[in-house]
Amino acid sequence: MEIVVCVKQVVDTEAEKKLLAPDWRLDRQSVENVLNPYDEYAVEEAVRLKEAHGGEVTVLCMGPEDAQSAVRKALAMGADRALMVTDPALAGSDTQGTALALSGALAGLTYDLVILGIMSTDAQTGQLPSALGDILDLPVLTALNMMKFEDGSLTVHRQTDQGYVAYGCGLPAVCSVVKGINEPRYPSLKGIMGAKKKPLETKDLAELGVDTARVGGAGALTKVLSTTAPPPRKAGQKIEDDGTAAQRIVEFLAGEKII
Amino acid sequence: MDLSLSDEQRDIMRMTREFTDARIAPRAREWDREHSIPPEVFAELGGLGLWGVCVPEEYGGAGADYLSFIIVLEELSRGDAGLGVTVAVNTSLATLPILDFGTEAQKREWVPRLAGGEVIGAYALTEPGAGSDAASITTTARRDGDGYRLNGAKQFVTNAGIAGVFIVMARTGEAGGGSKGITAFIVDATTEGFTLGREEEKLGINSSSTRGLTFDDAWVPDSAVLGSEGDGFGIAMATLDGGRIGIAAQAVGIAQAAMETAVAYSKDRWQFGHPIAEFQAVRFKLADMDRDIDAARLLTYRAAWLKMMGRPVTAAGAKAKLFASEMARRHTAEAVQVLGGYGYTKEFPAERFYRDAKITEIYEGTSEVQRIVISRELLGG
Ligand SMILES: Cc1cc2nc3c(=O)[nH]c(=O)nc-3n(C[C@H](O)[C@H](O)[C@H](O)COP(=O)(O)OP(=O)(O)OC[C@H]3O[C@@H](n4cnc5c(N)ncnc54)[C@H](O)[C@@H]3O)c2cc1C
Ligand SMILES: Cc1cc2nc3c(=O)[nH]c(=O)nc-3n(C[C@H](O)[C@H](O)[C@H](O)COP(=O)(O)OP(=O)(O)OC[C@H]3O[C@@H](n4cnc5c(N)ncnc54)[C@H](O)[C@@H]3O)c2cc1C
Repeated sequence: MEIVVCVKQVVDTEAEKKLLAPDWRLDRQSVENVLNPYDEYAVEEAVRLKEAHGGEVTVLCMGPEDAQSAVRKALAMGADRALMVTDPALAGSDTQGTALALSGALAGLTYDLVILGIMSTDAQTGQLPSALGDILDLPVLTALNMMKFEDGSLTVHRQTDQGYVAYGCGLPAVCSVVKGINEPRYPSLKGIMGAKKKPLETKDLAELGVDTARVGGAGALTKVLSTTAPPPRKAGQKIEDDGTAAQRIVEFLAGEKII
Repeated sequence: MDLSLSDEQRDIMRMTREFTDARIAPRAREWDREHSIPPEVFAELGGLGLWGVCVPEEYGGAGADYLSFIIVLEELSRGDAGLGVTVAVNTSLATLPILDFGTEAQKREWVPRLAGGEVIGAYALTEPGAGSDAASITTTARRDGDGYRLNGAKQFVTNAGIAGVFIVMARTGEAGGGSKGITAFIVDATTEGFTLGREEEKLGINSSSTRGLTFDDAWVPDSAVLGSEGDGFGIAMATLDGGRIGIAAQAVGIAQAAMETAVAYSKDRWQFGHPIAEFQAVRFKLADMDRDIDAARLLTYRAAWLKMMGRPVTAAGAKAKLFASEMARRHTAEAVQVLGGYGYTKEFPAERFYRDAKITEIYEGTSEVQRIVISRELLGG
């Protein structure tokens, strides 16, 4: 089974900023920019499917040259090869532009399955799996917490609030997976050492035959106007226990319509 | 001069840090209390290749460079210094001497298992009567048939309780021969006549095993001799030259962990209407920590780099270990201070860092011995 995993490099919002010896620079490479954490589940699932059914896993990433570190991690986890789509014209792409560029790259690859993360942790639109499936005119199954391949078809579980819904479809298909579908492995040292030796190709839009007018900031159909941090949280209310604390907490929760 | 790390070194650092944060650090307190590390953790390290970071692939290692190994030791020690020294001894003091001085057959027999963590290695030089004066060891190895019979006792052997193989220095020459007439042996833990003493009760690095060994007419074949007969002292010292770089990294890791704990605490703890991190007396402590950790790390990296270049590391390693270990002892104490009374309790890890740091000034040569090494290089004699 040939699988393509789409991965994005994102800014690590959680990481503590660390100055790295010996050059005392902000640890951008290893802390600030990381493989989108949700994509680790996609990579892990792809590698497991490959381990069970054979074939190869190709990592596909649109991003600047620096995004290679995210791609390397996917390779270190067990993917076999990588294709990067790098072109200055891509800067500022919206999700449809991104999907177009990725579909252009997919046109040159053989695949039975395209796996993505549920969303990126930076822009968080979660639109790409659907946008990509739309352009490719393939079945799209999102938010999966189980994937099984048997007798040429795919069975998946889609997570819902109450439980899951089981779906089936033929291949090829586009899928996105959620946290919890698996436990992503740590790349072993052998994996890390081997990652650099795996084929990594970089292509620009001309090579992929993608129309530059439809991508990038200029081609974007939507525009991010501004971003605003959430208002600071109001100071909490402290309840000292004088014997009536439980009662007062219940009243508070009822007042907030939480219970 | 280029001080940046390679992609592999950074990726290895990042993976080890993520692994340590998730799998090691949260359990270190329990291991400190239980005085052991669960075997499944060793297996996990094996799967990741962390027992044989700088061991060539053809011998079952990960094939990374020596600096990557040093980075791994720092990161593991940042989570649990006991685990850090367990790995350090396995690789620096057991695996590398076999790779450096062993025959092809010895390498094939032991290195793949040591690099995979299937067998853990230990190093036995110190004796009850021979510590800093290592050339005064009295454990003997007498010729007997196609091998040697070992008699005597070893003291303070890291990993003893979990090791499958020991590098043992014993006297094949005349008693009182000093550094001459010492031979290194690769001793299988199943050797008859070889027994372990009890676990030492220690101040820190409690998760690591430290025990004595007794040899009572323990017979080992000729094929157990590492290097040539009589070369054992040189092998033991050359091995420690590298080992010290690992202990320096361990000290840096402990200090780094202590600093991170102190920094986080200082921002959360309010007194006099301010986070204590706003008091200059606290800020300056943290600034000094950061400065000294950087300095120690640089000395450690330099020593590792010299070793990778095949250049002499005796003095450079001694300087790194001396500076890093004293720095770690001092700043872990300061970290406890930043946490005040809470730092003195086992609710917070600062007291563990403080207890763990002290050993780095003692093993693989005390700070006094490091000064002897450095001054000998400086002054001769
Ligand atoms: C704050 C902010 C808000 C934005 N809001 C919008 C918006 O509302 N509408 C819009 O059209 N654009 C928006 N964008 C642009 C958007 O970030 C880009 O289009 C981006 O390339 C893809 O969107 P995403 O990160 O939300 O991906 P998501 O759809 O959240 O990502 C899902 C999965 O797609 C894959 N994937 C994502 N990006 C890549 C990539 N570059 N290469 C390979 N695989 C990838 C990964 O598997 C990922 O897990 C926004 C950008 C920012 C910074
Ligand atoms: C937890 C632990 C793990 C260990 N692991 C190992 C191991 O795996 N393998 C192994 O072989 N050993 C191991 N050791 C032993 C360790 O290396 C020795 O303890 C160390 O070398 C010091 O020897 P000593 O304890 O006999 O002290 P001594 O040599 O008796 O020293 C006592 C004091 O005198 C000072 N001193 C001694 N000689 C001089 C001098 N000439 N000039 C100035 N000062 C001097 C010392 O610096 C020290 O302060 C371990 C020890 C411990 C505690």
